Amino acid sequence: MADTVDNALKTPDLGQPWAELGLKPDEYERIREILGRRPTSSELAMYSVMWSEHCSYKSSKVHLRKFSELSQETPIGKLLAGIGENAGVIDVGQGYAVTFKIESHNHPSYVEPYQGAATGVGGIVRDILAMGARPIGVMDPLRFGPLDAPDTARVLPGVVAGVGGYGNCLGLPNIGGEVVFDKTYLGNPLVNALCVGVLRHEDLHLAHATGAGNKVILYGAATGGDGIGGVSVLASETFDADGPAKRPSVQVGDPFMEKLLIECTLEIFQAGIVSGIQDLGGAGLSCATSELASAGDGGMHVDLDLVPLRDSTLSPEEILMSESQERMMAVVEPHNVDAFMKICEKWDVLATVVGEVTDGDRLLIDWHGETVVDVPPRTVAHEGPVYNRPYARPDWQDRVQSDTPESLARPSSGAELAQTVLAMVASPNLCDKSWVTNQYDRYVRGNSVLAQPEDAGMLRIDEETQLGVALATDCNGRFAYLDPYAGAQLALAEAYRNVAVSGARPVAISDCLNFGSPEDPSVMWQFTEAIRGLVDGCKALGTPVTGGNVSFYNQTAETAILPTPVVGVLGVIDDVTKRTPIGFATEGDEVWLLGDTRDELAGSAWAEVAHDHLGGLPPTVDLDHEQRLATTMITGAAAGLWSSAHDLADGGLTQALVESSLRRDVGVTVTLPEGVDPFVYLFSESAGRVLVSLPAGSAAQLQELAAAGQVTATRIGVVGSAGPDAVLTVEDQFSLALSEIRDAWQAPIPAALGV
Amino acid sequence: MARVVVDVMPKPEILDPQGKAVTGALGRLGFSGMAVRQGKRFEIEVDGEVTDERLEQVRQAAEMLLANTVIESFDVRVETPIEQATF
Repeated sequence: MADTVDNALKTPDLGQPWAELGLKPDEYERIREILGRRPTSSELAMYSVMWSEHCSYKSSKVHLRKFSELSQETPIGKLLAGIGENAGVIDVGQGYAVTFKIESHNHPSYVEPYQGAATGVGGIVRDILAMGARPIGVMDPLRFGPLDAPDTARVLPGVVAGVGGYGNCLGLPNIGGEVVFDKTYLGNPLVNALCVGVLRHEDLHLAHATGAGNKVILYGAATGGDGIGGVSVLASETFDADGPAKRPSVQVGDPFMEKLLIECTLEIFQAGIVSGIQDLGGAGLSCATSELASAGDGGMHVDLDLVPLRDSTLSPEEILMSESQERMMAVVEPHNVDAFMKICEKWDVLATVVGEVTDGDRLLIDWHGETVVDVPPRTVAHEGPVYNRPYARPDWQDRVQSDTPESLARPSSGAELAQTVLAMVASPNLCDKSWVTNQYDRYVRGNSVLAQPEDAGMLRIDEETQLGVALATDCNGRFAYLDPYAGAQLALAEAYRNVAVSGARPVAISDCLNFGSPEDPSVMWQFTEAIRGLVDGCKALGTPVTGGNVSFYNQTAETAILPTPVVGVLGVIDDVTKRTPIGFATEGDEVWLLGDTRDELAGSAWAEVAHDHLGGLPPTVDLDHEQRLATTMITGAAAGLWSSAHDLADGGLTQALVESSLRRDVGVTVTLPEGVDPFVYLFSESAGRVLVSLPAGSAAQLQELAAAGQVTATRIGVVGSAGPDAVLTVEDQFSLALSEIRDAWQAPIPAALGV
Repeated sequence: MARVVVDVMPKPEILDPQGKAVTGALGRLGFSGMAVRQGKRFEIEVDGEVTDERLEQVRQAAEMLLANTVIESFDVRVETPIEQATF
């Protein structure tokens, strides 16, 4: 029998498994203070999951506040909804608004790669949907252990199939992301998922449960035992002593259900019959009821007996905690309930009135006619514990930073440089990722104008006006390890640059902050530094942070992952036909390098591939220069100046040349400027650089543009011939057939995964 | 030659989208009151006698490859050969 509020009053001293549920002694004490009695097991379950790091952001909250202090204005207008909503909403003009967000699904993807990654996609799509937007695209930054590690052969194919399986079935194009390998991600793969959606201004909906008497409707899939982790401690108490088998914590996704949920929800929005809506993600009903109630102005009363169950043996604690996928909760005025039900019926979506909004200020939940939950909703959803975790610059940071790459042996002859090029393109982080991206549908919906392997993914929003958005996600965890402040800014700068290089104006960011344990002061320091870097960076660039997510505890024993603050930047382009692709196009086009090259090889791909070295200080960031460079790229794109443009990042100029050449099998001949060190020029990873090609004869226009933006422009070569005999030549150094480079570049992933 | 059968089913608590789809289709075709869960069946032809050791090997194979034990359970059994009917 269930533990009711009455029972809790009668048995004040009953021992409760709060520690097993992850609560600290003082947290449990606070719950007792809030309620003035011991919590029922259902209440304990709710508090424990809502006060978990994942749901309450208790270690990160004090630092994340700095994001809300940023100006809520983008370079093209005000935010329509900011941080704190399910996802931020940006006005992109012509009456359109765009919402986007990035989240992590790291731990589930390690346990069960396919379903973990699939439900990660499903979850972020529902976040976007809850804002009233039609999801139009997804992106997935992924990080794995070494490519040759046996566990990577288990995790990577599962994750990729899961991302592809769910997204493809939903009919959403996957337009980009990252695939990165590093030993610290072995045992801690990072599966981040981004979704972007579009809506008309008037369709924007925020999640509130206002108006007493309004009905609370749960719709979508039935509730099962999915995702019930720690709460099984409670379940086994309420069941017989020998109890059921420990319930699994793996959620299984059903993308076809989600597709129905999308269409159904959008039609409900269209009909204008909801007051508030909320997706069910982590913490399931506990989260949805307490958040909806606490965002409104009243209380809420829910009858758990009405919740449709897939498994009739579930206890009330389990129903409250279940993370069954593809569910949403809506608040609907009584006279609209019939219309709501009709739309759900049309889409074959199960919908059930499970409660109503009340005058009071309590969240009341009944089970078999008795009250099992009676709490102030704000204390569950928003007033959880807040920690000022100690942070301290680790004592090894100085040692790492002083271990500079200057002493590493560098290639000195043309032949050695050529060998280095081939070794670099065949390294896991620089090689061809099409084994991964070919499993994703990039073009479904017919509006993908740029997708992997381009610098940014770009989607057309309006077929008449050609208005579009571009998105890029980036993070170099090696740089962030060397200096988390600069590393976060480099991630921001790279994503910003990638968007601008495609021709779109960067307007807002969403971030997914993946770190080790917040209980380790060193990790906490990395985290605070990364936030500081992002806040300062966003101030300089004028781009607000519209939302995101923090993932802590990504570590195996004492080893944390590289600090990985993944930054997603959204840009707007008025005319997608003016976009700039990365591939060289026409023989005879001039090749120019924009930006300055310095001897910056600490944390570089070369240091990793050639010497397995990670030390020194990352490249310098100049955000003022990034802005001027971006303006140069956007203005040039609008004027139709560029034949191609490609951002320089991992692997430096060489990798950019290789990728621009291989995109359409067009060769290139480079003449290094006089006086430069060939190795540094080819492999340095100085930030703020772009490789462009343009028709011969347009050079004057480029020079004028570059001068106006105070951006260094250097003519470094000419686009060569296309076809099977195409070559990549660096004058006086080496010449490599593109076919040889391609073979080396394409081999690693299929070879490692045996396919 | 003997035949060992491995039946793999999604664990009872786990969502089974395929079974759910079949259940829905049956209802639309007029077969009411039938709830389906869908699994898969492997028939393994084993050389020689089926010893306990042999069965244990099949169990290991099922554990490692045939079933995803995070979300599926499996059952291993020896199929008794059906006597050939003579006319």
